[in-house]
Amino acid sequence: MNLKLKALTKSIWVYHMSTGSCNNCDIEILDLPTPRFDIERFGITLVGSIRHADAILVTGSLNLKTIPRIKAIYEQAPKPCVVIAIGACSCGQGIFRNGPNCPNPVDSVLPVDIYIPGCPPKPEAMIAGIVKLIEKLKGNITTSTS
Amino acid sequence: MLKYLFNFIVFPGFLFTVIVGLLACWIDRKVTARIQWRAGPPWYQPFIDIVKLSIKEITVPRAGSKGLFFLSPLIGLSAVTLVSTLVWLVNIDPASKGFSGDVIVIVYLLTLPAIAVMLGASASANPLASLGASREMKMVLAYELPFVICLTVPIIKSHGLLRLSDIINYQAVNGSFAASLSGIIAFIVMIFCMQAKLGLVPFDASEAETEIMAGTYIEYSGMLLAIFKITKTMLMVTLPLFLITLFWQGFNFLSLWKYVIILVVIILIRNTNPRVRIDQAVRFFWGKMTLMAILAVLLAVKGF
Repeated sequence: MNLKLKALTKSIWVYHMSTGSCNNCDIEILDLPTPRFDIERFGITLVGSIRHADAILVTGSLNLKTIPRIKAIYEQAPKPCVVIAIGACSCGQGIFRNGPNCPNPVDSVLPVDIYIPGCPPKPEAMIAGIVKLIEKLKGNITTSTS
Repeated sequence: MLKYLFNFIVFPGFLFTVIVGLLACWIDRKVTARIQWRAGPPWYQPFIDIVKLSIKEITVPRAGSKGLFFLSPLIGLSAVTLVSTLVWLVNIDPASKGFSGDVIVIVYLLTLPAIAVMLGASASANPLASLGASREMKMVLAYELPFVICLTVPIIKSHGLLRLSDIINYQAVNGSFAASLSGIIAFIVMIFCMQAKLGLVPFDASEAETEIMAGTYIEYSGMLLAIFKITKTMLMVTLPLFLITLFWQGFNFLSLWKYVIILVVIILIRNTNPRVRIDQAVRFFWGKMTLMAILAVLLAVKGF
């Protein structure tokens, strides 16, 4: 494995973007750096600024107000940057599928790299999702879309 | 000439101090993790972070001042590289005598990283960055006063020596200054000032992650952020070594345990204290710390 890919996958700094979620997924995300799961073992840390981020976690149903904001956030991120959709709402609009305020799924606005479903997903499910993402970046898993 | 370049770039200047600093950064993260009952990252994590940052894209804010934005990380890095070269050479190379007044030069150079951070934050045209820059400026004004007052204590006790190698030799003959009453008070005050200079937790209001989103570094990405991180890790080596040189008889490769002790003290202060507001920090440094520093100077003049 070359050094560039190893550096990118062993040190993922995560920016957390809530697009109008009910805060349930956000609280589950904050379980990950706690002693029980401790994702800092793998070099994953939460950062405050989008300029430092390697991955954007999107939670919540994407409503009309947040579409331009999330586009601006994604454009400000230094590339290479991956997008992770967390929770039923951001994966497939969840219970807001027929709502008038949330007509766009997240993957119609941003290039989502991996989906982690659940309402909210368990921390174990998120870690499994990150592992699959790293395998995909290494080229071990081929996706049907790409 | 070639020897000086080698000293500056490879050993003991840039490259060597960066490696030691990244290992110290790992010790910091590991001990913090163990205090919080976590496993912590592997030893190569800070190295991987720097490599990853250096291959990321560099984003430049459109409204920012581009020249200053690119230049300011380099100002801080060059200043701290020069200080680390001086401090290492004076201690481990007996042929190097430094020059008269290098203590004063080092004090000036040690403020340059903070000024570089302020310049970079002001050049990045971000309201949170300017907030961080104003806090950094207040913090510099706060900690420099007791720092400089305490710096006069070893000079008074060594009867006016302004050269680091002379101060080390004086301590080798007459015992370390930290063993005396005025020396230990000044040493403790210096450790608190060092905590603020390093921007670690009780005094990290200028880059509060949870409050103003990394503050002064908010617009920096890629290689430029990596240079800021490297500057910080080099300071984490250089400042404790400077303190050991002034108060604790200097060091060589056998007595690097002194450095580890100071590092552990820094980490413990960092992990057992909450972040203070900027007005509390200024009150702390201009009140208690300055009084203690003046007391140390008076005791040193009296010969204690």
